Amino acid sequence: MNKKVVKRVSAVLFASALAFGLAGCAPAAEETPTAEGTTAAASLKIAIVPKAINIGYFTAWNEGAQKACAELNAICDYIGPNEITGAAQVEFINQVIQQQYDILVISAADQNAIVPSLQKARDAGIIIVTSDADVAAESKDSRVVSILPSEESRIGTAQVDWMAEAIDSTGSVAIISPANAANQTAWINAMGPYLTSQYPEMSWVGGSLEKAVFYANDPTESSEAFAAILAQYPDVAGIISPTTVGVLAAAVEKKAKRAAVKVTGLGLPSEMASYIEDGTIEKIGLWNPLDLGYVAVYAGVAALNGPFDGAVGSSFPAGDKTYTVVEGNIAYLGDPYTFTKENIAEFKVIY
Amino acid sequence: MSKFSIRKSLFTWDKGVVLFLVISILIGSFGSQYFATASNLSFVIQSIAEIAIIATAMAFLIISGEIDLSVASMMALTSASIGYAFQAGVPFEASILIGLLVGLLAGIFNGVLVTVFGLPSLAVTIATLALYRGLCWVLLENKPVNQLPTDWVALGNENIPNTFLPWATIPLVLLAGVAWFVLHTTKLGRWVFVIGTNPVAAKFSGIPVNRVKLGLFAYSGLMSAVAGVIYTLRFASASPDGGAGYELSVIAAVLFGGVAIAGGVGTMWGVLAAVISLGVIRSALQLVGFSANALLVVSGGLLLISVILPRVTEFVRSQRSRASIQSNNKEKVNT
Repeated sequence: MNKKVVKRVSAVLFASALAFGLAGCAPAAEETPTAEGTTAAASLKIAIVPKAINIGYFTAWNEGAQKACAELNAICDYIGPNEITGAAQVEFINQVIQQQYDILVISAADQNAIVPSLQKARDAGIIIVTSDADVAAESKDSRVVSILPSEESRIGTAQVDWMAEAIDSTGSVAIISPANAANQTAWINAMGPYLTSQYPEMSWVGGSLEKAVFYANDPTESSEAFAAILAQYPDVAGIISPTTVGVLAAAVEKKAKRAAVKVTGLGLPSEMASYIEDGTIEKIGLWNPLDLGYVAVYAGVAALNGPFDGAVGSSFPAGDKTYTVVEGNIAYLGDPYTFTKENIAEFKVIY
Repeated sequence: MSKFSIRKSLFTWDKGVVLFLVISILIGSFGSQYFATASNLSFVIQSIAEIAIIATAMAFLIISGEIDLSVASMMALTSASIGYAFQAGVPFEASILIGLLVGLLAGIFNGVLVTVFGLPSLAVTIATLALYRGLCWVLLENKPVNQLPTDWVALGNENIPNTFLPWATIPLVLLAGVAWFVLHTTKLGRWVFVIGTNPVAAKFSGIPVNRVKLGLFAYSGLMSAVAGVIYTLRFASASPDGGAGYELSVIAAVLFGGVAIAGGVGTMWGVLAAVISLGVIRSALQLVGFSANALLVVSGGLLLISVILPRVTEFVRSQRSRASIQSNNKEKVNT
């Protein structure tokens, strides 16, 4: 009954819009997306929602998704907020629900805050695949499957290995990381015990992992964190930054201050190339966001067509590989990929 | 002359905002088949509820010549307090009351610093913006609280049964109604305008200026707290960085609604129309296909227009009245 009222109201509004002669102002609407002259399969609408647009990493992530969409003959729209907060991302999940997309591929900007919206999208019949960043483990029912780079613990421990390589397994280490980010928190938690058990000559500055983590959410704060670490712990041997923003800021600061401290972490090859080429930084790592986006779209389409349902043990094909879902309804891509002087030139042009 | 005064009453800024709202609805309805639907209306109301509720208090403060930049931090502090108490084993209902109390106290603290110590509210609330946000981090550290009771989360996300209105509509309408009533029909409301227009005159005419201001800051704290409760339920979690940047959205909406930043001028319905139309134009443009970047440009542009346009009309009006006075004088001289 209420729906009728609303329909009538919207009809009136629509009519009045016509009456006002606004026809000329209306942009080419997205209502006719199937005009490609292809089969019904082309009407598959997929939303690719990053934590935030304007970030190189997610542009590459979207490129991978678009490649899969082209192969699957689907229409993929890249939409998202320009600030990384759950509240901002929710507005775009709402848009996805409103515009009745078939599949939502999303990198969770906040592991909790977007869950109620994802549940609404799920209840509206949209297939949801998280990719790159997942919702909290307790809320895994809000999506079908999550496509993640490597086992969380390995992403963290691998960075400790890179740092050990750089400082000959000796000295104290600090971390620059964004606050309240699900990914980084999990990786850092894995770094703690690993460093203590594997590298007896290495330690955290301040004596504990908690004291060693300096929170920074943007380039400015990251630069400030870098300066704060050097000021508080002049004998610091290395800084790990498990974020593209933090590691770039650390590289810039290290070069500017000619600091001896070693820096490693997760960085975007294109942003870090000059610092790797000039020797400021020896090694950074990252997974391939292209693959994350690519595989996530395949997972979504497989779940839409069935019988793949994201259950533990079920699998789906993407490109020439098959991915199997493990505990937590997650499919992992593989190990983090590292970039050094040898291969940076090749990768900096990709992402 | 009478012609001008008619024009003056016809083209006030807040009426312009309502016109803008109508245009926004038309753009959305015509540009996208998904705009004028029940579910979208529900989304829009949810997305503006917190900002609208805080804006009702902010309108009072700015009209009285003060400002409160700590509202988003008080909102987050309320949310963090709820999460902290709930995690510590306090029943959720009691946690909400604790959160409301914390917000109220935070507002009172602002008010005491401004009225008792005579400090400028701009400086005080910039400081407490950081202080209260810092307390959020102290309370929750880096661990957001989730797994809140599902009934309460449903309250923050579902519609009132058999309607397309989210539950947040009830506090929103109620609080906006009270704010409108107090500001425009009571003695207290008139005092607020007098204080904002001329605080010295207000004092000499017997208005308890400091008591009113203290009350307004407490009110601001409480409304931020109510928004904090809604925010917590809507996002089913309490996190220390919640609502970051909301203070700017609130102040932008209040100014866009025709409240003068210098104080003394404004209407509650102008403010509410502004909050609603900013939410509606966002939704409309989003559904029409604007990117987040384009939305940012549009909202910045709108705000700039809302600051510039009243000045321009004011200028034109003063030029005209000066011209008419001059011509009147000339006529007098001639006769």
